[in-house]
Amino acid sequence: MEDARDAPVLTARRAGMIACTECGKVHVPGPERCDRCGSRLSSRDETSLQRVWAWLGAGLVIYVPANVYPMLKTTLLGKTTNSTIFGGVVDLVHHGSYGIAGIVFFASIMIPVAKFIAIAYLALSVTHRVKLSPGKRQHLYEVVEFVGRWSMIDVFVVAILASLVQLDFAAAINPGIAAISFALSVAFTMLSAQSFDPRLIWDASEEPEQ
Amino acid sequence: MSLADVVASELPPQINPALPPPAFTAEQAGHLIACPLCDALHEEREIATGETARCARCHAVLEQPRSMAMTRIIMLALSALVLMIAAMFFPFLELSVAGRVQRSSLLDTILAFSNGMTAPLTIAMASLIVILPTVRFLSLVYVLAPMAFGHRPARHADFFFRLADHLRPWAMAEVFIVGVAVALVKVAGLAHLSIGPAFWAFVALVLVTVLKDNFMCRVTVWKTLETRRS
Repeated sequence: MEDARDAPVLTARRAGMIACTECGKVHVPGPERCDRCGSRLSSRDETSLQRVWAWLGAGLVIYVPANVYPMLKTTLLGKTTNSTIFGGVVDLVHHGSYGIAGIVFFASIMIPVAKFIAIAYLALSVTHRVKLSPGKRQHLYEVVEFVGRWSMIDVFVVAILASLVQLDFAAAINPGIAAISFALSVAFTMLSAQSFDPRLIWDASEEPEQ
Repeated sequence: MSLADVVASELPPQINPALPPPAFTAEQAGHLIACPLCDALHEEREIATGETARCARCHAVLEQPRSMAMTRIIMLALSALVLMIAAMFFPFLELSVAGRVQRSSLLDTILAFSNGMTAPLTIAMASLIVILPTVRFLSLVYVLAPMAFGHRPARHADFFFRLADHLRPWAMAEVFIVGVAVALVKVAGLAHLSIGPAFWAFVALVLVTVLKDNFMCRVTVWKTLETRRS
């Protein structure tokens, strides 16, 4: 199975053709847009890696305030407590709801960090030799693409809590400033993953051994 | 040498920075399909309804025609629109503490960030949960409805289908539902919580969306659009 995947195959680029990434149509070089679906044609997206690194950097930078500043402001009987993302997880563990603590920890800490690493690894693998086979790397790319949006859970939870728990003096929950930077961080990493051209994964493996 | 032989034969592994001269004529290229993920060329074949064509190298789905797919997608998109309206205005969750009841609808949730520094998030929330999914449903109906009835595609149909495809990762209705589940448990200790009708409308919406996306095969839709246009 692995052998079949890694055997050289004829790609559109090697045949001197340009393939549309939206609808799969193969074109003779020349037209700027696909005549089937109207998408912009390029054999390889040359600016892909630049955009990947730019969005990834932006996502990383803004992930810092997302963790430092409070995500939730809880007011119980006049006393206000601020909790950060990690603080929220710790609270949940103290309350004994390990399952939910696990989900939140996974969605807002593990997945974002794993995504930063995975995207950086994929981008580096285009220019450097790495151990993982192209097939596995493409799988990693598909996982990153799929998982990205699920990090938004925490922002939604904050919104739901804030709209629901508004009982004046007794209890009130308000969103903190970290919600906005966390949402931006998720959006930037999604854009970073979308900027990556997966065809680059395979190109490196097609270069002759030196 | 037939076209299939050319595709199957292994070319020497060399990469030119510029494109080499085209190996196929435009007419031959019409019988080829390239994997959208890894660029491998395949000979275009009729794919029977219910079967799935995958890329020989990276196993990504190339084509996946399903019977009555167009009609089903339209029906599902229309039901999703109705459910979205229901989910918007009915109460979503109810919280009762010491005789006081606090109801929250989807609209309240969206407006939760509207005070102070987090105000821009209101727009983002509205887009992710309501606007973008709705735009997707509407554009799918716009693109597919004329085709299901055997008409020529509507004007700018290709723009709207591309739009629907690009919006797919940003329509986060199902993520929101899991968020509700997490919020439920978080508040459960604080007060008595009950689920309103809009919650179930939203769960149905998510199921319908997942079903619809399963029926959707991008390449098949593009090919149908192309043949209907000519």
